[in-house]
Amino acid sequence: MSVLVTLWLSLVMIMALLVAAGVFTWVERRGLGFFQERLGPNRVGPFGFFQWIADTVKLMFKADEVPPGGDRLTFRIAPALAATPVLAGFAVVAVAPGWTLAALDVGVIFILAMLALTVYAMVLGAWASRNRYAMLGGLRAAAQMLSYEAFFGLSLMGVVMLAGSLELGAIVAAQEGLWFVALQPLGAALFAIAGIAAAHRLPFDLQESEQDLVAGFMTEYSGMSFALFFLGEYLAVLLVAALATTLFLGGWLGPWLPAPVWFGLKTGLLALAFIWIRAVLPRPRYDQLVAFAWKAALPLALVNLLATGAVVVLKGGA
Amino acid sequence: MSWAIAIWAGALALAAAALAVTRDSVVHALLLLLGALVALAAAFFALAAPFAGAIQLLIYAGAVVAVFVFVVMTVEAGAAARARERALFAGAWQLPAAVAALALVPMLLRLGGAGAGAPAPAGAAALGRLMFGDWAVVTELLSLLLIAGMIGVRVLRRRQKGGRP
Repeated sequence: MSVLVTLWLSLVMIMALLVAAGVFTWVERRGLGFFQERLGPNRVGPFGFFQWIADTVKLMFKADEVPPGGDRLTFRIAPALAATPVLAGFAVVAVAPGWTLAALDVGVIFILAMLALTVYAMVLGAWASRNRYAMLGGLRAAAQMLSYEAFFGLSLMGVVMLAGSLELGAIVAAQEGLWFVALQPLGAALFAIAGIAAAHRLPFDLQESEQDLVAGFMTEYSGMSFALFFLGEYLAVLLVAALATTLFLGGWLGPWLPAPVWFGLKTGLLALAFIWIRAVLPRPRYDQLVAFAWKAALPLALVNLLATGAVVVLKGGA
Repeated sequence: MSWAIAIWAGALALAAAALAVTRDSVVHALLLLLGALVALAAAFFALAAPFAGAIQLLIYAGAVVAVFVFVVMTVEAGAAARARERALFAGAWQLPAAVAALALVPMLLRLGGAGAGAPAPAGAAALGRLMFGDWAVVTELLSLLLIAGMIGVRVLRRRQKGGRP
């Protein structure tokens, strides 16, 4: 691919993702309405579908102030750090055979790195706000990231071992016949938990936890800066869902329908599962969350890795 | 094309690093250090070393600097505290600067003779062979370093809590 074509395709992908994130906010609000036996947004357009456009326009025209005593530069940079790394992470996602912007040798690690970088948005945004609630949220975000990143990476290394590659397209190709979720049930479960934490979604959204911290790290944000944090969160949900589809659910593989449709369907269903989990699970206490990560999830991920390694060696692979 | 990107990214990294060590606010300095690390990772990607780039992002930008920020943010940085620190560390920059200059000389000398071929593609198996085959001893030594850090944290915590582990 020439540089110009890649640039155009990147632009198209970014636009598609921004629209997808907008539509996802509508899906989430309708979905939560369904779970909580109310209607959700239903006035703007058919089934309230244009609500997300109305909200975007509203947010664009809202005042966007730096709080007094806050750090202006950091306050402005932080929201941009929420969405850009996640958008970059989508570059290595393989939607169909050969349909990827960058078939990176180390695609999986690249996505992990991009998801890890989003923590700066929260920590720096919180610090720059000069607000105690925001600060508590920011500190929680940093501690949670360090706890969950460790077993997030380890939980998917079993899949990497079975596929013998870190490139997302090759991992999907290795699942022809049997999806890795069948071979790696423990890895998939741990990945699901860590994935929710990486996307900062309920029940692991202690950093914004509205019952005790107002809105956590984004308490002082409004207007488009506020919207950028949410954009980052919804894009992260889509990225984690796409990664889970690739690693455990056979990516684009499936009968009858064309490959990209399968990929989109699986990713969409997983994104719906995020909403479902958010609607039904309570939020754990903060120390319980960190203790679970280090004392239960990390050892389990290591055991899973050891067992997978033993099986791969015994079967004479690698 | 990729050479041009690498040079631009390297220049950005240098500029961000230079700004980082001259900033007044520690958090701004860390933000610039983060920028320098990300630019360095971009240079690695442009030079067809994606594993080094991804690890750079994940370990350094993702984890190490996050810990720094975490620590710095919890420290009160009022004007009085800042003045006290400045008095305490006046002239302390000379030692790190000298070390950096010493490290720079061999790098500059090698720059002309560099230009080894492009690195081999980093497949999962090839990386594993490098890290746990050819460089296994180094990897194990690094893990020893981590254990030393863990024990250090344990000891510090013990001292704070008055003897109870």
